[in-house]
Amino acid sequence: MAMDVEKEIAALKEQMEARPGAKRKLSMVVFSGDLDKHIASMIIATGAAAMGMEVVMFYTFWGTAALRDPRKRVAGKNLIEKMFGMMLPKGRDKTTLSKMHMAGAGTAMIKAIMKKKNVASVGEMLEIAGQLGVKIIICEMSMDLMGFKIEEMIDYPGLSIGGVATFLADAGESAVQLFI
Amino acid sequence: MADYQIAKTLDYKGLKCPMPIVKISQEMPKLAMGDVVEVLTTDPGSLSDFPAWAKTTGQQVLETRQVPGLITIVVKKTK
Repeated sequence: MAMDVEKEIAALKEQMEARPGAKRKLSMVVFSGDLDKHIASMIIATGAAAMGMEVVMFYTFWGTAALRDPRKRVAGKNLIEKMFGMMLPKGRDKTTLSKMHMAGAGTAMIKAIMKKKNVASVGEMLEIAGQLGVKIIICEMSMDLMGFKIEEMIDYPGLSIGGVATFLADAGESAVQLFI
Repeated sequence: MADYQIAKTLDYKGLKCPMPIVKISQEMPKLAMGDVVEVLTTDPGSLSDFPAWAKTTGQQVLETRQVPGLITIVVKKTK
C-alpha cells in the first residue's frame, strides 16, 4: 500500500515537472531595435538570472542589428544587404531612443544621465548577462533577410542561431515569456 | 541586540537596478550556509527587490534598516 502511494507521488511529480510553463525560466523575444527597449530587456534578463532563473533571449528583426560588432567587417554582401547594413544601427551603441531622440540630442542626453546616475549601460549588462549564463539566440531568418552574418556579431559566451521552433521550445517550458 | 553575527559587509552604494540583486546573487556561492551578510545600498528599489529576490531564491532577509541616504539589508544564506 505504502509503495503504491510513493509510486503515485513520483508519477505526479513527473507530470508536474513536464507540464507547460513549469520551469523557473524566462524566454524573451527582443524584436525592437530601440535603445530604450534594449535597456529594459537587459535589466529584466540580468535580474531574472540573479533571481536564479534560466534565461533565453531570442533576438529577431530589428533587435538583431544591436548584436552586431562595430569592429567586425564581412565581405560578400549584395547591394541590398549592404544597404541594410548601412541603414541599420551597427551595434548597440548606435541604437536610438524610440521617443525623444531629437536628432541625437535626446539619446545622447539619456546616455549621459545613465552614466551620471550610475545605471549600467547595455554593453555592461551584456557582459554581466554572459557571466550569469544568459543564453542569446539570434533569429536565422532575420539575419538572412537583412544580410547579417554570424561573423559580424558580438563575441558572447552563450550566442547561437535558431528559428521559431527553438524559441517556442524554450518558451513552452518557461514560467515567464516576454515580447519586447 | 541582534542575535546574529555579520560575516561580511557588502558595499553596493551608488549601484542602480538591477545591479544590487545581480551582485548579491553572485556573492551567494562564496558564502557558507547560515552566513549572515550586511548589504549597504542607496537604491530605494532594493527595499522591495531584496525580499522578492530572497523569497524566489530561498534566502532570508533578517532585517532592513533605513536612514536618510542609506539602506542596510541583512541577508542570511539559507539555501
